[in-house]
Amino acid sequence: MLALSSLTARPITGKNIMAKKVLIVDDEQNIVISLEFLMQRAGYEVAIARNGEDALEVVGQFRPDLVLLDVMMPKINGFDVCQKIRDNPDLQDTKVIMLTAKGREVEVAKGMALGANSYVIKPFSTRELVAEVQRVLEEE
Amino acid sequence: MNRSQFNYLIGLSAFFIFLLGIVSGLGFLWWMTAGDSNQILDTAALSSREFLVIGLMLILLLVVGYVLHRAFKAYFFTVKELAEQMTLILSANPTHRVQPEGPSEVRQLGQTINAFADRFQSLLADDEAKILSARAQLEEERNRLAALVSELTEGVLVCNLEGQILLYNRRAKQLLSRKLDKPVNGNGAGGFVGLGRSVFGLIDYDSITHALEDIGYHLEKESSRPVSNFVTSATNGQLIRARMVPVLDQQKELTGFVLTLEDITQQLEASTRRDILLQSLTEGTRASLANIRAAIETIEEYPEMDEDRLEVFRKIIREEAEMLSEKLNETISDHTADLRSNWQLDPMLGSNLIWAIRRRFEDKLAIETGVEYEEEDLWLNVDSFAVVQALTSIMRQLNADFDVTEATLRLKRTGRIAALDMIWDDAPVDQETLWAWQNQASIADGEGFPLPLKEVAERHGGEIWCQTDKETGKSYLRLLLPTTNPKPAWHVPILQINSRPEYYDFDLFHQAGQKPELDDQPLSELTYTVFDTETTGLNPAQGDEIISISAVRIVNNRLLRQEVFDQLIDPRRPISRASRDIHGISPDMLKGQPQIEQVLPQFCKFSEDTVLVAHNAAFDMRMLQLKEAALGIKFINPVLDTLLLAAVVHPNQQDQSIEAIAHRLGVNVFGRHTSLGDAIVTGEIFLKLIPLLAEQGIETLEQARAAAEKTYYARISY
Repeated sequence: MLALSSLTARPITGKNIMAKKVLIVDDEQNIVISLEFLMQRAGYEVAIARNGEDALEVVGQFRPDLVLLDVMMPKINGFDVCQKIRDNPDLQDTKVIMLTAKGREVEVAKGMALGANSYVIKPFSTRELVAEVQRVLEEE
Repeated sequence: MNRSQFNYLIGLSAFFIFLLGIVSGLGFLWWMTAGDSNQILDTAALSSREFLVIGLMLILLLVVGYVLHRAFKAYFFTVKELAEQMTLILSANPTHRVQPEGPSEVRQLGQTINAFADRFQSLLADDEAKILSARAQLEEERNRLAALVSELTEGVLVCNLEGQILLYNRRAKQLLSRKLDKPVNGNGAGGFVGLGRSVFGLIDYDSITHALEDIGYHLEKESSRPVSNFVTSATNGQLIRARMVPVLDQQKELTGFVLTLEDITQQLEASTRRDILLQSLTEGTRASLANIRAAIETIEEYPEMDEDRLEVFRKIIREEAEMLSEKLNETISDHTADLRSNWQLDPMLGSNLIWAIRRRFEDKLAIETGVEYEEEDLWLNVDSFAVVQALTSIMRQLNADFDVTEATLRLKRTGRIAALDMIWDDAPVDQETLWAWQNQASIADGEGFPLPLKEVAERHGGEIWCQTDKETGKSYLRLLLPTTNPKPAWHVPILQINSRPEYYDFDLFHQAGQKPELDDQPLSELTYTVFDTETTGLNPAQGDEIISISAVRIVNNRLLRQEVFDQLIDPRRPISRASRDIHGISPDMLKGQPQIEQVLPQFCKFSEDTVLVAHNAAFDMRMLQLKEAALGIKFINPVLDTLLLAAVVHPNQQDQSIEAIAHRLGVNVFGRHTSLGDAIVTGEIFLKLIPLLAEQGIETLEQARAAAEKTYYARISY
């Protein structure tokens, strides 16, 4: 397990001088607070979207390197958002990690098939999540 | 004179003339050979003796004739009579015996015939006894089968390959019958379960043909389980799981199929509720746990964070923990029943459970058992077998280890649960011993139940404990059980074996479907809808309306009292005093009843493909036909009128009322002037008329209609 201090150092000391951008998409305020804090501390530039519609709007403007995307949301769910991101040629390099309380195998399979780079089931270890964000961002 | 006597006389006369010819011929030859002088002499002599010669010849002939007659009578006629009597014994009356008379040879023949007849009669009696016994046994087995089938909790339909129903049970009827408030649509028989009716009107055609094809495939492959399952929705909207099993003949050819039906609507609802429960337990909990965990781990990882931010995370933890508690409480209160759904509990009257336990205590353990109820009508949701077995096991221990020989069973309600107490007088048992007993399986004396009482209690969602009543000093074991509201899903009839139920008719296996060309079919083979209406008055043309319509079906010459249509109708107009006096239906009884627009299309479906029968059918048909155009239906059925048919059978009787005809034909009249009562009596009369019409050569539908049209009553019109 990586120590958090080493994680926080990576974006600053790594080859990318510019901080990576992470978009957090979740309708639950309580998890957003924690994720926002964690991602900022890990050295990422963070933006928040409260639902799928907002997410699609913000993703065009903010141009995140990675989206932490909750599946269960009102209006447009996480699967649809993921599909739309993948359908947009301008966002091909955007990485997506799906966060969900749905733990069924079929849903994991669906998320991965729709183009998610990773799938994290709630409740998750924050350390592992930060490590996963870093791992995905380093993927080619 | 019969034919054989005539033949005999002709024969005798011919023989007589033959003899006369021989004698005359001999006399003539003798006269010719005597020479002329002698001829003259003889002629003279003859003339003097001619009377003597003729007389002698006649006497000779008479003697010969008498002897011949005696011989014929003794041998020819007697033997012929014996032959006739033998035919009588053989075909009509085996008890008949011949009276041997005449010559000894004939008497001997007669005695031999009687000996044969004795043997024949005893063989016949043996055969008849065997046939009667076999028939009675078959009938009993059939009735037992029908009684058993009628008590099954699953619906059962047996059909031939044309889809005609040969057997059904009450549950099938309940599952598949259309409710009156559902619209009539399509061309199917329309939600009426009945013998001879088509199953395709009840269950989707494609589902059945698919299942039949599936079974055909299994049979071809000689599969050991040629069964096909499918889920379908019945015409009344319920979701039904059906299982089809083939009926094969001795050559293993498919002749029909058995469908068992189960209503899975509720099961599906329960399963959906369980899914929702599972979802709320997993996803809801996961989300809250994720929030709590993320907050805690963040605090741990960044202990240096400022107080304001720390408070934000603390707040998250508090809120999420509270939400989690609330969710769990909600889940437990909303879904307790769903969580226990795997354990089969049935509604049972508390007093019945107590009776079962008491009987077991007394019969198996010889424990004198008293009973106390606070509420007679308390319904429990229990697995009675498990409870009886587990309590018996505890009592067996009390009896063996502590000599308890008397006990009292007490049942009382505490809110939504019931307390079942097993009380014994003396011998206080220490808690540890009881604890051990509760936790051990109740198998003893080669019988029992592999679950300890503690687990039985748990599976009922109940509790169990033991304590001593401080006031009485008596110890008791208390089992808490769930109560329920009694909602028997359906009434299960107990059929007498000797009463022939009308839910089956296997003769239909060999009957072709009802064809549109009914005219040439025998009356005894047609399917009928015998119906009657009650009305607001007697003038349909002046706006009188139907207020009640009832019908009963006749299939294969049997009146099927279970297959009835019986419906009151709101006429939206007053009922005349005179009519009300006849049928006793008051406007109050018609409030809230469906209207003719709903009822008549249903009746039209009910009577589809049958011959309509009514007493004074012209009146009832007029009532129906006046509504046809407005409702877009048409009664195209052939119609028979018992009033006219009775007039054909008894043309000289003045009174052709239902009562008079019923009396003449020996039909019991009951429920007159309720439309169902009248329809049933009319049906009984019609069944009695069929053989009487046949005696007059009226056997087919066409002949019956032609005969009826010729009667006086046929001229009455409405």
